[in-house]
Amino acid sequence: MASTRLPATDRLRRVSLPYVFVFPALVALLVALGYPLVRQLVLSFQDFGLAQQFGRPPEWVGLDNYTELLANPYLWRVTLRTVLFCFVNAAVTMILGVGLALTMRHMSRGVRLAVQTGLLLAWAMPVVASLTVWQWLFDTQYGVINYLLTQGGLDYAGHSWLLRPMSFFFVATVIVVWMSVPFVAFTIYAALIQLPDELVEAAEMDGAGPWERVRHVVLPTIRPILLVVGLLQVIWDLRVFTQIYLLQEAGGSARDTNLLGTYIYRLGIGGGDFGTSAAVAIFMLVLTVVLTSPYIRAMLRQEGES
Amino acid sequence: MARTSRSAKILANTVGVLTVLLATFPVYWMVNSSFLARNEIRSPTPTWVPFGGSLDNFRTVVSTDAFANALKVSLMVTGLTIVVALLFAFLAAVAVSRFRFRGRMSFVVTLLVIQMIPAEGLFISQYKMLETMELLNTVIGLTLVYVAGVLPFTIWTLRGFVAGIPIELEEAAMVDGCSRTRAFFTITLPLLAPGLVATGVFGFIQAWNEFSLALVVMTREDRRTLPLWLSTFTDVNRGTDWGGIMAGSTLIAVPVIVFFLVVQGRMVNGVTSGAVKG
Repeated sequence: MASTRLPATDRLRRVSLPYVFVFPALVALLVALGYPLVRQLVLSFQDFGLAQQFGRPPEWVGLDNYTELLANPYLWRVTLRTVLFCFVNAAVTMILGVGLALTMRHMSRGVRLAVQTGLLLAWAMPVVASLTVWQWLFDTQYGVINYLLTQGGLDYAGHSWLLRPMSFFFVATVIVVWMSVPFVAFTIYAALIQLPDELVEAAEMDGAGPWERVRHVVLPTIRPILLVVGLLQVIWDLRVFTQIYLLQEAGGSARDTNLLGTYIYRLGIGGGDFGTSAAVAIFMLVLTVVLTSPYIRAMLRQEGES
Repeated sequence: MARTSRSAKILANTVGVLTVLLATFPVYWMVNSSFLARNEIRSPTPTWVPFGGSLDNFRTVVSTDAFANALKVSLMVTGLTIVVALLFAFLAAVAVSRFRFRGRMSFVVTLLVIQMIPAEGLFISQYKMLETMELLNTVIGLTLVYVAGVLPFTIWTLRGFVAGIPIELEEAAMVDGCSRTRAFFTITLPLLAPGLVATGVFGFIQAWNEFSLALVVMTREDRRTLPLWLSTFTDVNRGTDWGGIMAGSTLIAVPVIVFFLVVQGRMVNGVTSGAVKG
């Protein structure tokens, strides 16, 4: 009996071992994410501007940063812009990506292979590199897009794409969608080829047309994956920063094109108003939770059912 | 696979060809322009194929101090991030998939929640923190925030790889007289190698491409990473040097594209299976 028991030190090791293993990762996360989160909350209740940057102790202002911010119409304009940009981009990406995945099943092998290779290439491009290429494509003087549009008989010679906000966001959307569609198309396609043929054939025998088949048979079956991919798109498109920032640097008006990310950056790093900037950042985090929670609930429900 | 009528196939193939054009043209244009001379770039009609092109743009770019500097910083940050993140993530992944312990579920859920936090929602206070720690404009400082950034996904993916190796293999070795530690190192670790490589490459791509945190942390010109260097690549006196920028973009993109093609299949499976199975 006694011999089957582990010695006390061994038992202790078994119990504490997983904690030892988790420890380094936990510390890294706490230092680089946990602490800043707390610090940010504290900052958002302080008046922390340029004077504090030079050593004056910050002043506690309670909810002042928030009340000022929430009364500021500019914040709401930026928020509305961010949410609209996010949904338009996520929707366009999902429609194109899912549509492409559905179409890929009907392509000839060679064409499908070419499509997969092309998508991979677009997917693999580093963000900053693809931004520079698209800027070059949309270039006012020597850009290919203006050249082609002019050749097509439109008056686009010397057209500046970044000057007007709507046109600026059109360019940003093209870039974001171009970079995001490959992930959606690949993931959905991978889910589609795992569908059993019998399922589709049975629907066909019931006399379902191609569109009904997709709508009532194919899409419901891959619903879990659609939800995950959709959630990721919303999360990613809500935090678009690099694209907007670099396009602003390239000639867009920052004030008319700020999204929450660039607004936070320009308030804090650019303007030295860390208190307000921290409050906007907290606002952005709350917004992320609010916008993604319906999705997460749907995902959890699905998990419960299966 | 779905049955397809002739007309549907033609339509699908047309969409396919169009997609290939749209997806690859920007990449092609980057490479094409990088070979062109200034007068070919600045001409009213585009040069579609780089016949007669040269490597001059590449030579010019590579010979600058700014590039050499940025390459050095990027290599150091990326290398350090991968090594630290892989080590930490590997240990955590083993703990999560091989042990039952109190707090395990909350740890896993925390990892998921963290992945939803936008970097831009925290970079102001990360900047303040690094400023206090006197780690702004240092490789260590940027690595610290990068490690935290890639850890959740890295642990998540490695967890899948570890769980995919049946524990029975280890147990069999232990029956044969191996110690638990030895069984792990001789049986499980070699089987885990492909997973570690794939996850490491993912970390490489993340750190190599990252822009917004680098922008915040590396404010000094001589501490720029490659993406920062590329984004500020303009010659004020002579106007935008698109040939040079495209050469720089190509240089940055090539290693990423190569690595990406190598691990892509594995990562797609990792992402979806991890996300769906919870």
